[in-house]
Amino acid sequence: MIKTFKEIAFSIENAPAWQQKYREIMLLGKQLPPMPGVLKTDSALVPGCESKVWIYLDFDLEENTLVIVGDSDTRIVKGLLAIVLALYNGLTPEQVIKTDALAEFSRLGLIQHLSPSRGNGIKAMVERIQSMAADRSL
Amino acid sequence: MFDVEKIRADFPALKQLINEQPLVYLDSAATTQKPQAVIAATEQFYARNNANVHRGRHTLSEQATLAYEQARATVAAFFNITANELVWTKGATEAINLVTNGLSEQLDNQSTIVISALEHHANIVPWQQLAKRTGATLLTLPLQQNGRFNVEQCVNFIEQHKPTVLAITHASNALGNITPLETILHAAKLQHTITLVDGAQAALHLQPNLQQLGCDFYVFSAHKMLGPTGLGGLYGRYERLNSLAVYQTGGEMIETVTLTETTFRQAPAKFESGTPNIAAVIAFSAAIKYLVSLDKTNVYTHEQAIFNYAVEKLQLIDGITIYSDINNNIGTLCFNYKDEHPFDIATLLDGYGVAVRSGHHCAQPLMQHLGINGSVRASFAFYNNHKDVDLFIAALQECIALLD
Repeated sequence: MIKTFKEIAFSIENAPAWQQKYREIMLLGKQLPPMPGVLKTDSALVPGCESKVWIYLDFDLEENTLVIVGDSDTRIVKGLLAIVLALYNGLTPEQVIKTDALAEFSRLGLIQHLSPSRGNGIKAMVERIQSMAADRSL
Repeated sequence: MFDVEKIRADFPALKQLINEQPLVYLDSAATTQKPQAVIAATEQFYARNNANVHRGRHTLSEQATLAYEQARATVAAFFNITANELVWTKGATEAINLVTNGLSEQLDNQSTIVISALEHHANIVPWQQLAKRTGATLLTLPLQQNGRFNVEQCVNFIEQHKPTVLAITHASNALGNITPLETILHAAKLQHTITLVDGAQAALHLQPNLQQLGCDFYVFSAHKMLGPTGLGGLYGRYERLNSLAVYQTGGEMIETVTLTETTFRQAPAKFESGTPNIAAVIAFSAAIKYLVSLDKTNVYTHEQAIFNYAVEKLQLIDGITIYSDINNNIGTLCFNYKDEHPFDIATLLDGYGVAVRSGHHCAQPLMQHLGINGSVRASFAFYNNHKDVDLFIAALQECIALLD
């Protein structure tokens, strides 16, 4: 069962220690539905430094919503990816634009993972989602 | 007597909490922490002595020039070379680029350049570019599967290929393995090969006597030797150095300039165009003076003791693979835990205040050679103590418990 962003936020915010927070994040990564191998193309690879992150973006014309599938070879980034997906999946482009991942990550005490020095691709991933939403909302 | 606690007190950055835990700094291979003497020298220069060098007859300029040239002499003495064989650059990378650019006119499609798979990208890419420009052949020295050189194999290779240039690291930045340079450089000398040694990682730990080492060029980085960032150096045996074509042109490096013609100064001046990094040079000489004030043998013995202690503790953890040569090392531990991603380990270790590096360490060919995507690297310096190792191992065990 995939958790909603609200559920995720609740368990991370209420983690008693940072270790518990990371445990929760890694668990989210584990629960992420597998990304089909055919979608792991070079263009799906988010340019990052250390960890490999794939993100596939599509647009559901009928529902007018974003469909995001992703994967990573590290547990922590995969968990963070699961949070980003929970945040944005199924939103309309207008809703995506209004959703500030930076503010949400900051609220959850995960802001250091969005800093450019981490090189984990999370920031690039959010930028990719936002730019697709911007294209669609035109 | 080597008192590590007294030494730690000289490094203000070591006395801090990271994520509410005492900092355990095990990333000295990336950059070393700075002693108070270096910080004070930088501040003193900007607060009191700031002036440009080699021009101006006023008191401050004369003093700055004197301090700047004295610094060159101090660092040259440390390496047992003469001051005019030392060129300041912005780092070891620029020093290598200065040589590869300077050799462009001396190489052609009959030339052979030999590098190794152990190299940092900075000692690979400039040589690839030089080979492309000149049509020279680029070859790699044989490296055993475990990331160590077999000296005999290397000597045979050099005798067979008679390279024009050999560029090799003094110690691997990823593994810490020390290269058996003496025999390799001797074999190269017999073939009249131009030799460059990348000392970025090794210089702090091995404090080499460059005349004795016998290479033509040696590059180093100040910030990996207790000094400031943005500064490095190139040693070149004088005739070799002076024979290199100029690198960057402009002010400071010229003899006379007309609107159509320019004559250049002799080395090292001809390679130092523009206003140099005066504050960094002066602060670096403070770093070298500090290092020299500690007995070289004691420093080395302490570093090796800390490294061996870490190896011993790490080996006790089930599932750890160590890639470094533990018997011949400057104090760098390269390892993985089972098939866990090094990124996860390094991120979790940071939660415990332990600073390590993860990834390919700018040595992708070496990682390919070892058949891994990356690793965790814990690198030690003389200011690390046994407690650092204990905290690191305890934190690593906590991380493993989180991952398992």
